[in-house]
Amino acid sequence: MSDIGAYQGATVTPYEPGFGDYVQLLKPRVMSLVVFTALVGLLVAPSGLHPIEAFAAILFIALGAGASGALNMWWDADIDAVMKRTARRPVPAGKVAGGEALGLGMALSGISIVMLWLATNWLAAALLAFTIFFYAVVYSMWLKRSTPQNIVIGGAAGAFPPMIGWVCATGSISVEAFLMFALIFMWTPPHFWALALFMKEDYHTAGVPMLTVTHGRKVTRAHILAYTLLLVPVALGAAVTSIGGPFTLAVAVVLNAWFVIGAFRIWRRDEAMAETDKYAVEKAFFRFSLLYLFLHFAAFLVELALKSAGIGGW
Amino acid sequence: MTFRPAHELHKRRFSRNLGLGLTLAAFVGLVFALTVVKVQRGEPLQGYDHTYQPALLPKEEGQP
Repeated sequence: MSDIGAYQGATVTPYEPGFGDYVQLLKPRVMSLVVFTALVGLLVAPSGLHPIEAFAAILFIALGAGASGALNMWWDADIDAVMKRTARRPVPAGKVAGGEALGLGMALSGISIVMLWLATNWLAAALLAFTIFFYAVVYSMWLKRSTPQNIVIGGAAGAFPPMIGWVCATGSISVEAFLMFALIFMWTPPHFWALALFMKEDYHTAGVPMLTVTHGRKVTRAHILAYTLLLVPVALGAAVTSIGGPFTLAVAVVLNAWFVIGAFRIWRRDEAMAETDKYAVEKAFFRFSLLYLFLHFAAFLVELALKSAGIGGW
Repeated sequence: MTFRPAHELHKRRFSRNLGLGLTLAAFVGLVFALTVVKVQRGEPLQGYDHTYQPALLPKEEGQP
């Protein structure tokens, strides 16, 4: 009653955040990637979970990722406000107060960690807690504003979900879980640096020390090629473990050849060439990077299905 | 007797309240389902009921 009373004499109706605004705080697009990679990690693991436990595990991993997204939006509201790509997020847009994002992030962090522990095991919950801490504190609060290596090290946060999915099912970490982690970890820098090449003004205006801002665009192009080359052995390595097989290896060879060609084309170009075609090559590389990751993890699932049919795996 | 019309604030908060209500109901349902799964499987729980249970003892060589 008291809060209604406070509005009785109000003439201007304040914006009332809807449920969707709070959902936006959880970065649903990032959550969809987390759900997919964590699900693959869980399904390809040698031991299974009851379907209800598996559903709960994926849900709480995604919720933990969403919680770290809300904490990131609370902390980075000043940066988000000056970047075109992020200015419409709920906090900089004035739809949700920063304190609410902090509260939601903290509450969901606690719920997701405890529930994942109860649903699966303590190691998975500990990894989720570390992931949230890494993204919210190590990446958002520390690395993002202080070093051009922010994306490289911060990428670890996005790489944990498949490993957590695997640990939910098995209770331990193995080489397969590590390689799924490494695949996303090594993929993140070229993916984000390609974005930074054609969103250059955004990061510059916000004062985020992206590689493009601190070391220039030529160095960034070289780094994209270097990290793409480093990604190749990781992707091929994952394909020759127990979660891979001939199909996965063939997919990995094609995807990585295509990715390396794209990185090579970016490396050969200079700014004048990029301006001429409005960063078409960089944008195409960025779009393909999304497909690259999706197809890699989808290949693990297909290999699993082939194995069930007796024709897949090594 | 007539009901007082809903305040305009309630209308504006309807989506949030409905979403939160449904989320909480889904959470309760999930915890219930998890509990059923854990209890039905229940092997680790048997060690706490203070009753001698030969089925829990390690099998010896040659025993069925």
